[in-house]
Amino acid sequence: MIVAQRKSIPELVDILKGRKKILLLGCGTCVTVCLAGGEREVSINASALRIASRLKNLDFEIEELTIERQCDNIFIEKAADAIKRNDVVLSLGCGAGVQAIAERYDKPVYAGLDTEFIGILEERATWTEKCIACGKCVLHEYGGICPITRCAKHMLNGPCSGSTEERCEVRADRPCAWQLIYRRLKSIGELDRLKSVKSPKDWSAGIGGGSRVIIREDHRV
Amino acid sequence: MSNENFEPRLIAFCCQYCSYSAADLAGSMRLQYPPNVRIVRTPCTGRLEVEFFMKAFERGADGILVAGCLEGGCHFTEGNLLAKGRVGYTRKFLSESGLEAERIRMINISAAGARPFVDYINEMLATLKTLGPSPLKRVGPSTNAENRI
Ligand code: SF4
Ligand code: SF4
Repeated sequence: MIVAQRKSIPELVDILKGRKKILLLGCGTCVTVCLAGGEREVSINASALRIASRLKNLDFEIEELTIERQCDNIFIEKAADAIKRNDVVLSLGCGAGVQAIAERYDKPVYAGLDTEFIGILEERATWTEKCIACGKCVLHEYGGICPITRCAKHMLNGPCSGSTEERCEVRADRPCAWQLIYRRLKSIGELDRLKSVKSPKDWSAGIGGGSRVIIREDHRV
Repeated sequence: MSNENFEPRLIAFCCQYCSYSAADLAGSMRLQYPPNVRIVRTPCTGRLEVEFFMKAFERGADGILVAGCLEGGCHFTEGNLLAKGRVGYTRKFLSESGLEAERIRMINISAAGARPFVDYINEMLATLKTLGPSPLKRVGPSTNAENRI
């Protein structure tokens, strides 16, 4: 899922200054699960913004709404009336959601969250990054552990030999991805995979080649 | 409003398994505490959400006490620990939006803790008297925006 984090109230106030009728729009999918932009966070942020507005005389009028998904037309339509009766939208969706709304309505749409990464809930209240969407997945080579995302140096032929006690030398709070890859390949009997030297990655399949589009002709009518 | 004449409006969310009974016991023991506190019974402090606290402040509470069981003694195992985290999170939002973080506090007492309950209430009221009325009261009533919820 997409993992995002909240922006602070002073940041949001700064973004919204001078605006009056504000729709605080939550998203019921990824950002709900990562506790950043669901119905609950919409309510908390709305209260905090109303308090800040009253104390700073900002005159915000905030309407709250959360739709199932901000990145999907069918659900976005459900917000149409609310979007129309407000001056601006502060979206608590991920970057894709914010842009999906902005492209469909002639209103300012602001990002209320910082979108961080594609990841998983590792343990209670802890999310970790797992994939940077490189466009050409090589997980099968590495025992299901992505060196591009999880090795700080994105090494396809690791390790870098800098790790200490299985911790990455760049980020000591994270495990060395190559240590994990080695262990994993060993445990599934695929250590052989490390014998071949992997050729440089073609980054043009990823964001390096420009913003991507996928068209499924078989599903077009 | 000068702080001496100020009578804080304190909301105490009390877990029915501990502090609510403690409050009851305080009554049976005829322990006095100021009438400024409004007690709200909750099945567990884990039922309380950050948005409840924010709404209470928005609507004019000067302070909130969240009174749960002793740590390790929650009837639902960890409700009071969840509440502790939520109170901490609320504090962040309060200070970011311009209210003092000290206006909300988590306390832990057992059902037998009538005396500590009264002491905590008095302590919290003293804190609120020092802080003064919620700054939201100074700026007058809320806009009708929140009624659009
Ligand atoms: S190899 Fe690419 S697609 Fe596969 S997990 Fe890593 S970043 Fe994601
Ligand atoms: S220590 Fe491990 S994870 Fe960190 S950069 Fe080196 S190989 Fe990559």
